Amino acid sequence: MDTVQNVIATEPDRVTGYRSFHLGSFAFSRDAYFVTIKWPAKGETRSHQMPADAFLRALMRDVAWGFFYGWVNFDDVIGTRNLYGKVDLYAGAYNDSLKKAGVDFTEQFATPVITATFKAILADWVNEGFDPFAAPEETGSAFGFKHGDNIAAIERFRVATKRMPGLDGDSPLRGDLAVNRQFQDVTQDEPEILAEPGFEKELHGFNLFKYLSRSDVTWNPSVTSVCKASLFCPTTEEYILPIFHGNDRVEWFVQLSDTIVWEVADKNTGAPRARVTMNAGDVAAMPADIRHKGFSTKRSMLLVWENVTPDLPKRYDRGELKPWPVDF
Amino acid sequence: MQYQTRFGSLDKFEKGTIELINDNAKHYVFSNVFDVANKSKPYEKVVVGKNLQYVIEALRAEGDSPWFAASHDEFAVAMEGEIEVHYIKLDDAQKIAPANKEGSVRIQGTPSGRKMGVIKLKRGHQALLPVGAAYQFRAKKRGVLLLQTILGENSVEKWADICHQ
Repeated sequence: MDTVQNVIATEPDRVTGYRSFHLGSFAFSRDAYFVTIKWPAKGETRSHQMPADAFLRALMRDVAWGFFYGWVNFDDVIGTRNLYGKVDLYAGAYNDSLKKAGVDFTEQFATPVITATFKAILADWVNEGFDPFAAPEETGSAFGFKHGDNIAAIERFRVATKRMPGLDGDSPLRGDLAVNRQFQDVTQDEPEILAEPGFEKELHGFNLFKYLSRSDVTWNPSVTSVCKASLFCPTTEEYILPIFHGNDRVEWFVQLSDTIVWEVADKNTGAPRARVTMNAGDVAAMPADIRHKGFSTKRSMLLVWENVTPDLPKRYDRGELKPWPVDF
Repeated sequence: MQYQTRFGSLDKFEKGTIELINDNAKHYVFSNVFDVANKSKPYEKVVVGKNLQYVIEALRAEGDSPWFAASHDEFAVAMEGEIEVHYIKLDDAQKIAPANKEGSVRIQGTPSGRKMGVIKLKRGHQALLPVGAAYQFRAKKRGVLLLQTILGENSVEKWADICHQ
């Protein structure tokens, strides 16, 4: 057993080539097809399995998003809750049956500790040719015994925008990336900017749809404008959102192109509540008491709109704010 | 295979649906910006998204808008049409849009200040509406703008008219 930067890992398995990992009372292992997670409950060891590709896609988002806003359910059993500085890792805690049976388990970790373990799992379990950010048609297989790695894919530069991409000192535009195969018909022109002398750096615009058409990842929002604590975080979506996102605040979606279908369920129990179909131009809120998962057959452009006011989760928890944004 | 990306327009949009299982459709506050703009007056700032004080407004661009300014950055995304944004560096930004006042402030007439220039937007283009500057939209044909801003005195909320119920 090795311990590196608080990561506890076994030597590579002699048959599969994969390491196993321990994080607190949780144990993670994988084989050619499946990931197995084990935890203690009722004096026994409980276990759960996920397909390796689904697990790695979910884990990749959790790490890339810094555990995001609220709950990141890998499936209906395993997931994390972001407590901003700490993270709850849970098994069955938001699954009605497992919770009622008392076989659920939650353990809290400092964010750097769980991040280090999750990154180590990705580094070891993502094989050469598999990109957990990519749509299934655009990547190789996650399955099989260990063969190589794909560090470049899992350590992509995370874009941090202060005001708007392309401004001096701000995040870059994406002129160096290729137009995605499903966005070849998206116009690539830029807005014409006719600045008077002295105002060249104050007037700014860019082609947002071109920017999105060149995204090389799916289900991975990037900030493109900042109005105080209001962030526009557009993203391109294809296939299935790899996690069921449980909201700790109201989140809004603006469908910029094509169609996404959202499955919406109760945040705590997972009981289905609605299916929401959003077409181009549609705007909808995702209330603060639900979890949601999206399905996009054609690669689509989605504007995710977040309010990052720091105390919001506590205000919703206290009941100070209703879980839906508007009464009418 | 040639994929076709589907954007909406004032003349062609298909508002989506909510299939309820155990919920209230109103909680999703579901509208469509093209539907909203079709029913709006030119440059009526109709709120289509609201997250506490923060809003997204849908504007029908047609002709010249009034001049606006704000005490904070705002952002415009053209969803349809060809829309010019004209800018003036305000001589007295603090007086027109004081720091304690949020949202777009409507200015009577043309404000005094230096002309900063023009940005010509087409579908998908985004423009910064920077703090300290006044801006005016001009559109020869109908178009649609999304505005990222804060609820202000010119914001119009008419949820029951625009949302699924």
